[in-house]
Amino acid sequence: MAAVERPVVKPRPIYLNLLAIRQPLPAIVSILHRISGALLFAVGIPLLLWFVQTSLASGAGYATAFGPLSSSLGKLVLLAIAWAYIHHVLAGLRHLALDLHIGTDLAPTRTASALVMVVALLLTLIVAVRLW
Amino acid sequence: MAVGAHYGARDWLAQRVTAVVMTLYTLLIGLIVLWHGGLDYASWKAMFASTAFRVVSFLFMASLLFHAWVGMRNILMDYAKPTSLRLSLQVAVVCVLVAYAGWTVQVLWGHA
Ligand code: HEM
Repeated sequence: MAAVERPVVKPRPIYLNLLAIRQPLPAIVSILHRISGALLFAVGIPLLLWFVQTSLASGAGYATAFGPLSSSLGKLVLLAIAWAYIHHVLAGLRHLALDLHIGTDLAPTRTASALVMVVALLLTLIVAVRLW
Repeated sequence: MAVGAHYGARDWLAQRVTAVVMTLYTLLIGLIVLWHGGLDYASWKAMFASTAFRVVSFLFMASLLFHAWVGMRNILMDYAKPTSLRLSLQVAVVCVLVAYAGWTVQVLWGHA
């Protein structure tokens, strides 16, 4: 076989430490969308079902369902789930907009990503204020 | 195991349709709760006693469980590379989702 002459390529830097690369904002929104989705699957759904079931059982059950909210741990868990749902929905809606080719240019994408992050955190803050 | 992308576009669409259904239901619940300024036990119970509300809630949960299946499968396809591992985890996810579905029916129709 004839030797193929290869162009000399400068060695390209391989630098894939995800923690060291500065991630663009849309990438952060995206990975949080994934993490929040997995969190909702594993923790959010069973908590929701438990809550509705317990609260509907009886008047006493209704009180039991809100019981965990009297402890700081219970409040923190609910707050985490609330953030996950809010972030996931907002990031999901951003996804749907992108699928419809709305706001796909770089500047609007950045703005929308920032909006998703900020609005999700603000709504979570409102939940926190109401909880404490 | 069927490989190939034949189910990809359908699931992609399903994930979007279920997302819209869930968003509408979430807004509905949010509006109801805000409208009443929070629900006490009696009105909470009355809301879930209505067949229409049970059916709509079931539709939400069905959307959610299907959405979660597509989503979790996508995640596993990215991170669980060895086929045997991926298939095992997918089976586990399906078992959990079927359990959630049974639990949902119990929650919605298992009370007076
Ligand atoms: C408890 C409810 C929910 C669970 C457990 C859940 C779970 C997930 C998971 C695991 C993914 C895959 C994420 C990925 O591939 O990175 C996903 C994707 C997605 N979710 Fe949800 N989700 C829920 C509710 C919602 C809602 C209410 C919306 C409404 C906007 C939504 C919109 C989306 C969209 C648009 C995607 C696709 C994103 C993509 O293709 O990368 N989800 N969801």
